[in-house]
Amino acid sequence: MERVAIIGASMTQFGQRDAWIRELLAEAGSACLDDAGVAPDAVDHLYVSNMASGEFEGQTGVPNALAHDLAAVPAYTARVDQTSASGGAGVYAAWQSVASGASDMSLLVGGERMTHRTTAEATDVIASLTHPVEYKHGVTLPSFAGLTARHYLETYGAPRESLGKVAVKNHRNGVDNPHAQFRTEVDLDTVLESPVVADPLRLYDFCPITDGSAGLLLCPESVAREYTDEYAVVSGIAGATDTHVVHERADPTTMGGVVNSSEAAYRMAGVGPDDVDVAELHDMFTILEFLQSEDLGFFEKGEGWKAVEEGVTDRDGELPINTSGGLKSKGHPLGASGVAQVYEVYKQVTGHAGARQVDAETGLACNVGGFGNCVTTTILEGAV
Amino acid sequence: MSADGDGPDDGADGGGPDDGADAEATMDAAEYPDGSLTYPAHPIGPGGQEPVGTVDLSAYTAEVITWTTSTATPPGVREPNTLAIVEFDVDGEPVRAIGQVTTDDVETGDTVQPVYCEELRDPDAGIREPDSQAWDGFRFEPVT
Repeated sequence: MERVAIIGASMTQFGQRDAWIRELLAEAGSACLDDAGVAPDAVDHLYVSNMASGEFEGQTGVPNALAHDLAAVPAYTARVDQTSASGGAGVYAAWQSVASGASDMSLLVGGERMTHRTTAEATDVIASLTHPVEYKHGVTLPSFAGLTARHYLETYGAPRESLGKVAVKNHRNGVDNPHAQFRTEVDLDTVLESPVVADPLRLYDFCPITDGSAGLLLCPESVAREYTDEYAVVSGIAGATDTHVVHERADPTTMGGVVNSSEAAYRMAGVGPDDVDVAELHDMFTILEFLQSEDLGFFEKGEGWKAVEEGVTDRDGELPINTSGGLKSKGHPLGASGVAQVYEVYKQVTGHAGARQVDAETGLACNVGGFGNCVTTTILEGAV
Repeated sequence: MSADGDGPDDGADGGGPDDGADAEATMDAAEYPDGSLTYPAHPIGPGGQEPVGTVDLSAYTAEVITWTTSTATPPGVREPNTLAIVEFDVDGEPVRAIGQVTTDDVETGDTVQPVYCEELRDPDAGIREPDSQAWDGFRFEPVT
């Protein structure tokens, strides 16, 4: 099977935008094609990662709308919804389309328009993914984070401050990301004194509500060479699920979808966690960076917090995590986030991450939907 | 135990507002042939088999595994909303549940008992179709 390459990538400004979902998708899609120098009529498949444009905006059918707006008709189109993991699932779908031979040029655009809703309304749209026995009690994704954070801190003896240091690190990284929603550093006291949202977690433990989109262009490696010498290869990719009902998991601090998807992605790439040079993790809440860094095999279970304390995951550390600023400072437009994670890894392994650049040949992105309910892990390597 | 519980995936506990009396309400976990229990019930259990009966968890106490107090609640939900994941021990078989707590004064390890509530959140305020699920259920009350 021929390897699948990424030859173009784009990311719009994340934050509070005037543009609505169709415009956001077109902005990233057009920029992605321009980045690779590929004409719209060369696109065979067009995938849109999006969780809830119908619920947020009353606009459905966005893949077809995007194909028309980009003059990519008659490309095959499909919408990929895997809640917060829609982006990663879109990468998997686009990869599959090329790897199977069905498409020689697949454009993936992830996007979400959210900020016109109140925080309570947006929280409810996202919480609609929960099981009825959860939803009727008012369980939200932030409350899952609070429940899990308390259990993690009490089980492993981690200090509350260690969670705050995730926020400090990722805000520091976001300063150098021109597309990030927040480009300001925060200090630990600010994090620890911010308003309680889901005890023991506070406002700065949570990502913001965000508008934005991102794009990737995938093709066979033989086609990639017709366009550029600088591309990345998807060396490993896999997805997995965990229970829909979160409390049914034996260990609340283990995300089975992360474990299973990463094991399969490592196996496909022929690498292990020690080979990863840079990683983008789904830090929708600070606690998630601990859980994923452990479930991906970077650190032992219950030890992820120590890595943050010791600076291992800093940009100049042994394993930089979330050089983009993560969802925490970059923002989290649901369907775009998994695409934007791979955008960052693509920039890193191709040497075009600018001020955020680290020494990286192999990078990993872990995109999580629900509270670990569905996960895609993607491993990229720079072409040599 | 009985084999005539509510539907496996509608979020309903047994009984409910239409029954008129909370004394009749039940908090049904599903029991599977291998002895395992789940709350809520699923059409197929963890071992790959269909449920063979139910256990009314409202007759048991449980231990708080973890808890949180949420202050950013969605439309129709009380604020603040203290929630807990609890574990029941049903004759040696563990089964966990999530739910609202009757007080903000709760700690990990506390023993709690289920207390019936006719309406846990306003069905008409959120995004979910009111008729698609049940809205009554059980809160957890610390046992002093």
